[in-house]
Amino acid sequence: MSKFGSALFNRLVIIIPYAWLLFFFLIPFFIVIRISLSETAVAMPPYLPVFDLASGIGGFIDNIKQFSIDNYIWLTEDALYAKAYGSSLWIAAVSTFLTLLIAYPVAYGMAQAPNTIRPTLLMLVILPFWTSFLIRVYAWIAILKPEGLFNQLLLTLGLIDQPLIILNTNWAIYIGIVYSYLPFMVLPIYSSLEKMDHSLTEAAQDLGCTPIRAFWRVTFPLSMPGVVAGCMLVFIPAVGEFVIPDLLGGSETLMIGKTLWNEFNANRDWPVSAAVATILLLILVVPIMFFQHAQAKADGEGR
Amino acid sequence: MKSLGSIRRSFAPWADPKSVPFIAVKNVTKKFGDFVAVDDLSLNIYPREFFALLGASGCGKSTLLRMLAGFEQPTSGEIILDGQSLAGIPPYKRPVNMMFQSYALFPHMTVENNIAFGLKQDGMPKADIAERVDQMLKLVKLDKFSKRKPHQLSGGQRQRVALARSLAKRPKVLLLDEPLGALDKKLREETQFELMDLQQELGLTFVVVTHDQEEAMTMADRIAVMAHGKVVQVATPPEIYEAPNSRFVADFIGDVNIFDGTVSSVGNGTVEIATETGFTVRVASSEPPAVGAKAGFAVRPEKIRVGRDRPACAPLNAAQGEIWDIGYLGDMTVFHVKLKDGKVIKASSLNAVRAVEDPLGYDQEVWISFDENAGVVLKD
Repeated sequence: MSKFGSALFNRLVIIIPYAWLLFFFLIPFFIVIRISLSETAVAMPPYLPVFDLASGIGGFIDNIKQFSIDNYIWLTEDALYAKAYGSSLWIAAVSTFLTLLIAYPVAYGMAQAPNTIRPTLLMLVILPFWTSFLIRVYAWIAILKPEGLFNQLLLTLGLIDQPLIILNTNWAIYIGIVYSYLPFMVLPIYSSLEKMDHSLTEAAQDLGCTPIRAFWRVTFPLSMPGVVAGCMLVFIPAVGEFVIPDLLGGSETLMIGKTLWNEFNANRDWPVSAAVATILLLILVVPIMFFQHAQAKADGEGR
Repeated sequence: MKSLGSIRRSFAPWADPKSVPFIAVKNVTKKFGDFVAVDDLSLNIYPREFFALLGASGCGKSTLLRMLAGFEQPTSGEIILDGQSLAGIPPYKRPVNMMFQSYALFPHMTVENNIAFGLKQDGMPKADIAERVDQMLKLVKLDKFSKRKPHQLSGGQRQRVALARSLAKRPKVLLLDEPLGALDKKLREETQFELMDLQQELGLTFVVVTHDQEEAMTMADRIAVMAHGKVVQVATPPEIYEAPNSRFVADFIGDVNIFDGTVSSVGNGTVEIATETGFTVRVASSEPPAVGAKAGFAVRPEKIRVGRDRPACAPLNAAQGEIWDIGYLGDMTVFHVKLKDGKVIKASSLNAVRAVEDPLGYDQEVWISFDENAGVVLKD
């Protein structure tokens, strides 16, 4: 390839992710924002104003003038939304924490395993993906329901006299989320642990750390990038999770994904559901941007 | 430094039957499954000694070092440090520190915190830690880099941080695993002398593992040459070089020419060997093998003279051949001489003057010769 050709190729390669971001995130996101600023209408599409090329620039400006933030004000007026956001964040946070508690030892064990069996273990972690996500969540209904496998096991063992009510409670949601998102937590932690130089823990022990202290002072801090990545991969989708609370959660479970679904499908209120989605995105993106900014600053200080 | 040199020259506790070893390795065997990494090995290392374990990779030297550090437990045998058995004592309770081959610096900590790490584990008061860290940074000349992270340092600087960290706790013994392996040649040579000065200054016992014979020869008071989990010879660098006890050691350390043959006569402190190459050598030997026994004769290249004239000692300790190759190294010239039977030997001569009249050239007929005490008899 000529020098010019390879320079062109390099540019193209850089353009691809930006183009992807533009077409599949930014443009749809602006459409969502634009809908969130409209008002509902019994029409097709079910909101106003609708842009029309035929109306020209004047019509465009008129349409812009019709935009209002009424939907956002509506979200603050009905306590339901705040509650749904709050409980979504809480459920996602608890689930992420529980996932971390389970995933870290799994990842650690995998990283400590002999080289020869690591690929097998890695495959086992990914194995559940070979079955449809929906089927796996439905399977949990069968396991958790009052006459389900789990209760039968406990009854048979004599640990309980009557079935535990797990299905249709927040506990079922925690179980569902932890189960479904576990690989997303295990893999980044494993990858950060796996590439760690084993002599670091030996050095820590050589300098007077017990193995447990060596873990907390050296291994764990060095695996933080994996932990942070894993937590984000679980927390972010868990906040907006719809299927798991819908199938495993109860009527009292309020999650924003479900609220959004209701607004969109049951109420057919596109503008309000667009506003719900926009706020959800801001709740997630703004803290992450702050976090990354702080991280970059901390990295820069050492230099 | 002159006084240090003289201390060094007279430093030979191993020769004194009254001195007590600081580290005593007693019949230690280490097996990994069926593989015997260290095989019934015994060694004594004395206080303030700079001791080198030298051998090719896989000879068990690193395993021995790791047993001293406590990362491996001997399968059988015992290691005693300063009168106390190390059996069952975990690494974090041993009064030894190790400098790792990869340096194993904690990437998430500054230079300062790396050095302070061990002191913090001991619960040393903060002010004392700061003082000790300062002292260590000065010792390794890194005072200006205390706030940097390891990835912001050069290889040589990292090596110094690793050294400072392992010395900060004032261990009784410092273990060094290929300490200079990652440095380039020039830096490595400088650092060798720095390490020696440091060891003298601190009065510590150093045990260094290396595969680099030059490094071991330069730094160590004594060298243990290891092969297949056993110690082949333990001696000072001059003894190892000039009086190797076996074919393996002679061959492993430096360049050597070995002539195989049969002992033809044993005289007054000398032995004559009829070599397979066709000439007879007469060698000084205090413990000569019996007449008729197979023996080898080892002689270093720099102890062989190469000349056009028939030497006076011929036919003893002399042979004819032709110059096969000439390697000019600046400080010396290496000749490869092909003897009559086809064996090629190496001889080197120091270039003490700048220009030699009529130097030896390719394909010239020459004589090689050496003195009676130039080489050693190998019985194996």
